[in-house]
Amino acid sequence: MAIEHQAPVLAAEERPAAIERVAVIISKGSLEGVYPGLIMANGARMEGIEADVFFTFFGLDAIIARRQGRLKVATVGNPGMHMPTLIGALPGMSWLATRMMAKKMEKLDIPPVGEFVEMISDSGAGVWACKASVDMFGLAERDFVPQVDGVITVGEFYEKAAGGQIVFT
Amino acid sequence: MPATVDAEGFLTDPAQWDEGLAEEIAHENGIPELTPRHWQVLRYMRETYLTTGSAPTIRTLGKASGVPIKELYELFPKGPAKLAAKVAGIPKPRGCI
Repeated sequence: MAIEHQAPVLAAEERPAAIERVAVIISKGSLEGVYPGLIMANGARMEGIEADVFFTFFGLDAIIARRQGRLKVATVGNPGMHMPTLIGALPGMSWLATRMMAKKMEKLDIPPVGEFVEMISDSGAGVWACKASVDMFGLAERDFVPQVDGVITVGEFYEKAAGGQIVFT
Repeated sequence: MPATVDAEGFLTDPAQWDEGLAEEIAHENGIPELTPRHWQVLRYMRETYLTTGSAPTIRTLGKASGVPIKELYELFPKGPAKLAAKVAGIPKPRGCI
């Protein structure tokens, strides 16, 4: 059977060049701070875009084995929660907000952080930890989940990002 | 009757699909040959779409099709969820995950 194109495909020279690689930086350790970067990285791989994810500062929590499954939604200092600060500070509030978000995400088939990092790694993306932060927090390679490809410097990160777009979250 | 595809190469009517067409779309998209592993993914995608009305996410695909995510990216190098949907003759998945 022949294939017939319904709409003409735009000539290559009329389109802006497609993004071929991205380097996503995840610098925050709250649940809502980590997910956007993971979604961007996974989404890139789904489109056939090369991707590297660089975890720095509190973002490292997302790849630290003992912390990865315990990331919380920030209920204080987070105007997006639309919750008075004093209410947000009540014991259990962050836990509750985290549980609610996790439920909604599961419904949308968004995996928990650990599984998400594994998915991204399996998709062929690089998973990197920032050396400056690793040194600052006194961490070692054994603290990380097995998907981490290495601890690298900022310079090495820029080398990996060469020729691509950098997304900071 | 020729099969109609949209600007991105997705079939506009899944009913126009057959296995020969799948081979043809696969070749056009850089997959030289559809192996039994490809077919396992394609059948799962098509079945999911025809029963639920939407294509499975890559996560579900990796868990339920019997082909793990790593292998999905090897079988369909330029983005498994979309490429597999295209070859399976179903609309482009619009999820972010």
